[in-house]
Amino acid sequence: MGILDFFKSRPKNTASVAKERLRIIVAQERAQRGSPDYLPLLRRELLEVIKKYVNVDPDAVLINVEREGDQEVLELSVTLPDQVPAAARDEL
Amino acid sequence: MTEIIVVTSGKGGVGKTTSSASLAVGLARRGKKVAVIDFDVGLRNLDLIMGCERRVVYDFVNVIHGECTLRQALIKDKRFETLYVLAASQTRDKDALTKEGVERVLNELAEEGFDYVICDSPAGIEKGAALAMYFADRAVVVVNPEVSSVRDSDRILGLLSSKTRRAELGNGAIEQHLLLTRYNPGRVEAGDMMSIKDVQEILGIEVLGVIPESEGVLAASNAGVPVILDEQSFAGQAYDDAVARLLGEQRSMRFLDAQKKGLFARIFGS
Repeated sequence: MGILDFFKSRPKNTASVAKERLRIIVAQERAQRGSPDYLPLLRRELLEVIKKYVNVDPDAVLINVEREGDQEVLELSVTLPDQVPAAARDEL
Repeated sequence: MTEIIVVTSGKGGVGKTTSSASLAVGLARRGKKVAVIDFDVGLRNLDLIMGCERRVVYDFVNVIHGECTLRQALIKDKRFETLYVLAASQTRDKDALTKEGVERVLNELAEEGFDYVICDSPAGIEKGAALAMYFADRAVVVVNPEVSSVRDSDRILGLLSSKTRRAELGNGAIEQHLLLTRYNPGRVEAGDMMSIKDVQEILGIEVLGVIPESEGVLAASNAGVPVILDEQSFAGQAYDDAVARLLGEQRSMRFLDAQKKGLFARIFGS
């Protein structure tokens, strides 16, 4: 580093930013890795069925497989909107 | 017994072929009988790095299709008696490699008494990469201390633990090693590059070697002489350490510290 560089502002430590970002994304991807390949399709089809009755947000369906001992638990969570639209209510 | 080692990474351009060539040469230099196979069908490159590009007559796909014998296709290295190269085909047919064909070639190499078969994987996670790892006993995952390379390596580690013959037979994951390449100790010290410890912590597997970024690597590929043969270069020496560790020798990691600049360089910059 020369004398001129000394007066330039030091960039922040980018390596630690990289490490932190990787730690999070790698953990997330590892968690998904063991899950069956059909999950994304199952999620999409479920969403379509639910949408016939309730106008839910695309992000409203959460689907997850968890392992408890030698059992696998398929966890499904749907967040319903506060108000059910009139059209859907008539059909119900 | 023949040991099959896949050199893989997910991401391209991280140094798989450079590493395959140097590991193969390093093993052959220690008297082992070694074959190094280019699995990158369509994009042949190992021959250039090994310096035998003008002697390719038959390739891997020719052997698989029965258009020549394995012996005809193996290119004997001019420097080491016990080192052979099997070049990739330049066909554009993606299905040129088959699981059965690859298995037959590997079995034949075992019958010929090879100690090691190094499989130089193509980038990506498609067929070529999948076949390069399928029959492996061990994997060397080449990674640069850079976000996309580390993430792709983790993806490859996931595949290595499930998509190999060993895993499918229920014999557990194959042995996995990290080979950190293009390491720049100066930038690590400045906080601009992840350290060996950072990468090891994220990926959670043992490091086989750290290859410092070195001018010697480009010079070696220009000349068609694997960089491990350049004993002046740090990269060459680091590859030799990695080969020794692969054979079970204990060697401490070198070239992890930045070279100190002299007073003159410090004041005036370099």
